[in-house]
Amino acid sequence: MNDKTPFLDIRHARKSYGSLEVIKDISLTVDRGEIVAIIGPSGSGKSTFLRAINDLDPLTGGEVWLEGTQVNKKLPHRQYEKHINQVRQDIGMVFQHFNLFPHLSVRGNITLAPKMLKGLSDADANKLAEEQLDRVGMLDRIDFMPSQLSGGQKQRVAIARALAMKPKVMLFDEATSALDPELVEEVNQVMKKLASEHMTMIIVTHEMGFAESVCDRVLFMDQGVVVEEGPPSVIFRNPESERTRNFLRKHLEGVRS
Amino acid sequence: MGLDFSVVPKFMDVILLGGLWTVAITVCAALLSFFGGIFFAVVALYAPAVIRLPMRAFEWVFMGTPLLLQLFLIYFGLVQVGIDLPAFVAGVIGLGLHFAVYNSELIQTAIVAVDKGQMEAARTLGLSRGQALRKVVVPQAVRDVIPPIGNNMIALLKDSALVSVIGVSELTLSAQLAIGRTYRPFEFYLVAAVVYYIINLGMEYVLRKIERRIALAR
Amino acid sequence: MDTDLMLKVYPFFLKAAWVTIELSLLTTILGLACGALGAAARLSRLAFFRFLGTAYVSLFRGTPALIQLFLLYFGGPQIGIQLDAFQAGVIGLGINIGAYMTETIRGAIIAVDKGQTEAARTLGMSRFQTMARVILPQAARLMIRPLGVNINALIKGTALVAAISVVELTYTAQRYIGSTYKPFEMFMLSGALYMVIIYVAGRAIAWADRKARIA
Repeated sequence: MNDKTPFLDIRHARKSYGSLEVIKDISLTVDRGEIVAIIGPSGSGKSTFLRAINDLDPLTGGEVWLEGTQVNKKLPHRQYEKHINQVRQDIGMVFQHFNLFPHLSVRGNITLAPKMLKGLSDADANKLAEEQLDRVGMLDRIDFMPSQLSGGQKQRVAIARALAMKPKVMLFDEATSALDPELVEEVNQVMKKLASEHMTMIIVTHEMGFAESVCDRVLFMDQGVVVEEGPPSVIFRNPESERTRNFLRKHLEGVRS
Repeated sequence: MGLDFSVVPKFMDVILLGGLWTVAITVCAALLSFFGGIFFAVVALYAPAVIRLPMRAFEWVFMGTPLLLQLFLIYFGLVQVGIDLPAFVAGVIGLGLHFAVYNSELIQTAIVAVDKGQMEAARTLGLSRGQALRKVVVPQAVRDVIPPIGNNMIALLKDSALVSVIGVSELTLSAQLAIGRTYRPFEFYLVAAVVYYIINLGMEYVLRKIERRIALAR
Repeated sequence: MDTDLMLKVYPFFLKAAWVTIELSLLTTILGLACGALGAAARLSRLAFFRFLGTAYVSLFRGTPALIQLFLLYFGGPQIGIQLDAFQAGVIGLGINIGAYMTETIRGAIIAVDKGQTEAARTLGMSRFQTMARVILPQAARLMIRPLGVNINALIKGTALVAAISVVELTYTAQRYIGSTYKPFEMFMLSGALYMVIIYVAGRAIAWADRKARIA
């Protein structure tokens, strides 16, 4: 890998369900340590695009490359499975509905994958869990069950679970959309902290204020295409496209009212 | 003829030993039916069609015919192909397979009902499909169906009486033994019924405890 | 597989299947009667009846049907009950499945919305009238499917009477296994007939369920 190779490189991504095209030729490169927000109306394809990055929703066309490795390589089934399980360890993902494993404690949620996939001993895995929980301010809940936590706490544990794999990039799929308004801030704080630690992040979000304050770059998506992209100061203050302006007008009104 | 319970104490050790065998066969068959049920459920949902379809036929036959008939098939069928199993083992296999099929139905429904996000989250961490099933999806599904599986286990206890017919000297056969010596069927079947009832109460008690513990862990 | 043998003996299995059908029908009728009585007792205002109902369900569901059958058939004469094997089979199995049906029927009655009782009582209907005209017709629809599950178990349960030598399907299979040493073939013959009986019963129940839903 030379210096010209982008950190994360998505080339001509396309996805369709039958005749319905949900992603129409999107290309995106992300540098190491960069924080990119993807905004847009629901049904714009932004979540599908995010989920294509770790091949959870496979693309029907185009390539995804992470540090010189193609994520969505075409391989025979067995080899592909081996390959993708390896690559996914480098790509952390946080879901709207947390998806914590309800039958495992907070500790169990975090140590499961490191123990299974990286062969960590119980002691090392515990230490790792403690570190990551401390990072999200949840160390005191290490022996709780997920059902005993609030939504914001669950999401922080979910972030710690993803971080425990030491990922190169973190994907956030509307991480605060399912939360009660008063619980949003604690999750935002954690994400801001990761930003200050220069974690590479791609964030699908409805929160314009958060996107503006944290991200280096904003993509506005609509109907499967990137309508406009640029630094937050431009996208939020001075967008070029009429569609972006319309979306922001509606959305910011909604936020303020 | 009338009733005369005075002969009962003399045979009480035989009856109680039979009761122990009943507990033993119930526990062994319950374990087989539990793990067999998980195995059948995973096969029924995820195996390729060449395995899945014969499996469905097998389930269909096991659910559509009497347990007693199945016990005869297993016991005498195995003898015919040259495998002479002790009656106890044949009984455990028969009871265990029969209830594994019923447990499998429950577990299949529960696996399908586990939130899709659970598989996604596990795959995102890099777990393979098999690992995600084993560590994330199946444990949740099984936990969800512990109460109805428990009810199947209680049904299994009562159906374990059937293995007396293929010569396992459990509670029912022990009662018959005592009856053969004393010609007092009413007394000894009643005593056997009481012992079954007590084991049944014990099982229900344990099951309620497990259910409560699961409810608390949620 | 010895098809010649199967062709030779299948008439005996057919005859035995009729006995199984007869047993199943009579047991169903007796079971439903016991279940209705049991449910009435369990829902009674009188604690004594409730106790009787609860004891019935607990004792008959808490012990093996086979033991109950043996107690009645072999032990019955000691307390003055003389029954032939077929009669003992129907009565023993009927009372046993009745305990399960008690819970099914009671469950369906309880599942009818409480507001229905309140509405009927508000109109001035008596407790009995409310039950007969408002609750039971609704509960009847709810109980057909779960009673179907009971009946399915009952049909397979009739195999137990083989142990008291009623010449039905399982007994016939057992006899021919003993004399021909062809367990697999005999299982095929009798198993297929059981599955036909269960299939037909299942269709009948589904039909009744559909009817009840339209009405």
